[in-house]
Amino acid sequence: MKIIILGAGQIGSSVAESLVSEANDITMVDIDAGRLALLQDRMDLRTVVGSAAHPSVLVKAGAEDADMVLAVTANDETNLVACKLASTVFNTPTKIARIRSAEYLTHPEIFSPENFCVDFAICPEQIMTDYIKKLMEFPEALQVLDFAGGKVSLVAVRAFYGGPLVGQKLQELHKHVPNVDTRVAAIFRKNRPIIPEGDTIVEAEDEVFFLAAAEDIRTVMRELRRMDKPVKRIMIAGGGKIGRRLGEALEDDYQIRIIEHNQKNSERLAADLHNTLVLHGDATDEKLLESENIAEMDVFCALTNDDENNIMSSLLAKRMGAHKVIALINRSAYVDLVQSSGIDIAISPAQVTIGSLLAYVRHGDVAAVHSLRRGAAEALELVAHGDMKSSKVVGRKVEEIKLPKGATIGAIVRDMSASKRDGDYVNYFSSEETHDAPESDTRVIIAHHDTVIESEDHVIIFVINRKMIQQVEKLFQVNVGFL
Amino acid sequence: MNRLFAVANVLGKMVLVFGFTMLVPLCLSFWINDGAGTVFVESFLVTIGGGLFLWLVTRRYKRELQIRDGFLLVVLVWSVLPAFAMLPLLLFLPELNLSMAYFEATSGLTATGGTVLTGLDSLPMSINLWRGELIWLGGMGLIVLAVAILPMLGVGGRQMFKAETPGPMKETKLTPRIAETAKGLWMVYAGLTLACMVAYKLAGMNWFDSVMHAFTTLGLGGFSSHDASYGYWDSPLIESVAIVFMLLAGINFASHFLAWRAKSLYSYRHDPEVGLFFLILFGSCLGIAFYLWFVGVYSDPLTALRYASFNLVSIATTTGYSSTDYGLWPIFVPLWMLFLSGFCTSSGSTGGGIKLIRARILYEQMFREMTTIMHPNAITPAKVGGAVISNKIIFAVLVFLFIYTTSIVMMTLILALSGLDIVTSFSAAVACINNLGPGLNEIGPSTTYASLNDFQTWVCSFAMLLGRLEFFTLLVVFTPAFWRK
Repeated sequence: MKIIILGAGQIGSSVAESLVSEANDITMVDIDAGRLALLQDRMDLRTVVGSAAHPSVLVKAGAEDADMVLAVTANDETNLVACKLASTVFNTPTKIARIRSAEYLTHPEIFSPENFCVDFAICPEQIMTDYIKKLMEFPEALQVLDFAGGKVSLVAVRAFYGGPLVGQKLQELHKHVPNVDTRVAAIFRKNRPIIPEGDTIVEAEDEVFFLAAAEDIRTVMRELRRMDKPVKRIMIAGGGKIGRRLGEALEDDYQIRIIEHNQKNSERLAADLHNTLVLHGDATDEKLLESENIAEMDVFCALTNDDENNIMSSLLAKRMGAHKVIALINRSAYVDLVQSSGIDIAISPAQVTIGSLLAYVRHGDVAAVHSLRRGAAEALELVAHGDMKSSKVVGRKVEEIKLPKGATIGAIVRDMSASKRDGDYVNYFSSEETHDAPESDTRVIIAHHDTVIESEDHVIIFVINRKMIQQVEKLFQVNVGFL
Repeated sequence: MNRLFAVANVLGKMVLVFGFTMLVPLCLSFWINDGAGTVFVESFLVTIGGGLFLWLVTRRYKRELQIRDGFLLVVLVWSVLPAFAMLPLLLFLPELNLSMAYFEATSGLTATGGTVLTGLDSLPMSINLWRGELIWLGGMGLIVLAVAILPMLGVGGRQMFKAETPGPMKETKLTPRIAETAKGLWMVYAGLTLACMVAYKLAGMNWFDSVMHAFTTLGLGGFSSHDASYGYWDSPLIESVAIVFMLLAGINFASHFLAWRAKSLYSYRHDPEVGLFFLILFGSCLGIAFYLWFVGVYSDPLTALRYASFNLVSIATTTGYSSTDYGLWPIFVPLWMLFLSGFCTSSGSTGGGIKLIRARILYEQMFREMTTIMHPNAITPAKVGGAVISNKIIFAVLVFLFIYTTSIVMMTLILALSGLDIVTSFSAAVACINNLGPGLNEIGPSTTYASLNDFQTWVCSFAMLLGRLEFFTLLVVFTPAFWRK
């Protein structure tokens, strides 16, 4: 695929990194020649220096025969104009834009083909906010990812002594909770994947990934570890875009304190948030943390732009007694470094947001992609098309499908409206909307070895190694020769 | 000196226009032949003559008014117009001296409603109509009216508009042009008055009374054409109509205007005062009714509720009607009612007092101080209705409250010094500064201000102007800096 990426920032470069390795032709456009040169040294791609919203620059980037334009510059307006240009001047089939401002996102009609021609608008800050919000709902989980518009969740949880299933075989799970259908998709023990079988024994410290319907998550988690008290008090360090959105999303349900070091910004925050205590100061100032009762906090989230600051303040908070600390870390090298050092959850924004971008880039019909374990593993929601003859999956039992070793079919969502992806201009909205929409005809089926896949099923597949993704995607492609 | 002449020029025009408002009672008087016709003709001619004289003499000095001139004009308008407005009363009632007549006219124009007259029932209808009309004109504001109908005020008009409109935040413009805003406000005001008039008629008043009382209800003034005020009808239906329209007049007219323009009630939800206004009054009515029933003033809870709600709403909205002598109730109740009159009405309404929005701002500021004690690093902007109140406004409100309390204390002391008892002095100070009307004891609901001597009457007149112009506008004219070249 020929893809033009506009903007070589954090998001742009991590998307590029992930797409280059999947044999795509990438052209990057940015106004900063130095940044492009750095990228070109590291990756096999073409770069063009210039404004992303100028037709001549787009021509130079090869917009005439591009399959996709990914507008992820820091500026919403540039992204919108670039998509409009790509559509009207170059007729590019797929246009994706990053839109950060809620002002635009609350009017999805401006993205329609008559207006700015944005096929998919993504808002990384909103995705991050949703991600962290989920973690507040399930404080025991390391990760909670939604599929099929929130009907099925993939939950990562660390097993601990005290959970009834710890030290038992997996098949016992069904006896413990007979009414709940769930499937353990993978277990990571000391960072190594284990393919779960019925007789696999769960050990303490294992990272267990399981799929379950949203309402069953808590029941399953209770099998694996002692449950914490529900989160009530949250301290957020950094009132930037994510901190602000998180505050807005959570302030009515939790007690929130936000520490922001910029005086002007903290005044604006305090003006916009109604139920949140905004503190002006430095999150690494232990006096401030102490006077604000850090020891009583259920969760401390370090969400500033500065990795080092986030790491230090969350380590400090943990040492001073915060129950659970979450740190936002952009550099992937740091993520591995700190995960075992006292920070409970390290979140990499690029990894969290890249999934929603990848879903549009992938071959075949992919409804959702979530990147797991810092990009090593992945969970996909694929749509099966065709019939017995044209497809390698439709009409077959799960055990008959020739999946590569390490890929597991976790769940199937049946009878979902097939037009889902076409109808939504704003991707992140879809999860919220379908959540509330009464879709009585949608059923979640936890996959067993004899479950038969039908056409238009959404199949949720867990892949422990990214290298297998292409094979999996190929399985789901409809064989044209038989048509 | 040129400056003064320029102000006098505009003042002359305003007096001239004001003179024409006398044509309303004049026509009525000749139509029903109630004997006050010649008085109105004389007053009309004097006012028109005075206005013309001022205007023509200073014609050469006509120029654009500066901000300072605006303040001076507002103060002059509000102190000179009562002098012309009192003419019919002064001429018709020989027993009235100058200070009493000026008091009555000021009380009318400032929508206070305290009266020095007795035997209201036997007064000519035209005189009573004139009293009601004064309240109606002054209620929404003389300058606002002038801005709406006369383009003569020019650029300075906005400043004068602000100098006269009650409330701490006057920056929001309802329409791009100030004259349109003023027109809009008067349209809503007039519309509500008309509705009130019809409602009173349907509830059982005669046409004359419904017109006169619609004027004084919407202006939140409280003049009545009967000595017994609403006790004259003793009708729960009429009292209910009065309650509804007093409540409406106690709401910011900007919200009415927006609601009327958008044809929806949405603007009231964004008004930071409306909800609180109803909450306070509703809670107080129920509480006072229960108390009156509990201590045995009324044996029937419903009767207690009826008297409590009418009198309480009337006093709290600074109207000043009464349906019974609430001065005879246990002292807590009238004091509570006086207390409510200090802050219950909304900014931009026709009521007096410090206005609910200021009370809310101070309340928020109190919490802000307390949060700062607990969290020294906290950033806690004072917010009212979701909007941040700047420190500048908070300071202005604090100073306002300081002047307000100081004024009440000073007026009380001055009146006490002049020989009044302390309850009368205090209630007179509160009632005049809040533009409320009746007080307690000697000036209670069953009596009038007639027992006050000349000096006390002038003090009360000054207090009413002070309250109506919200202190700053009036006091700034008395500062030396104002007159410095």
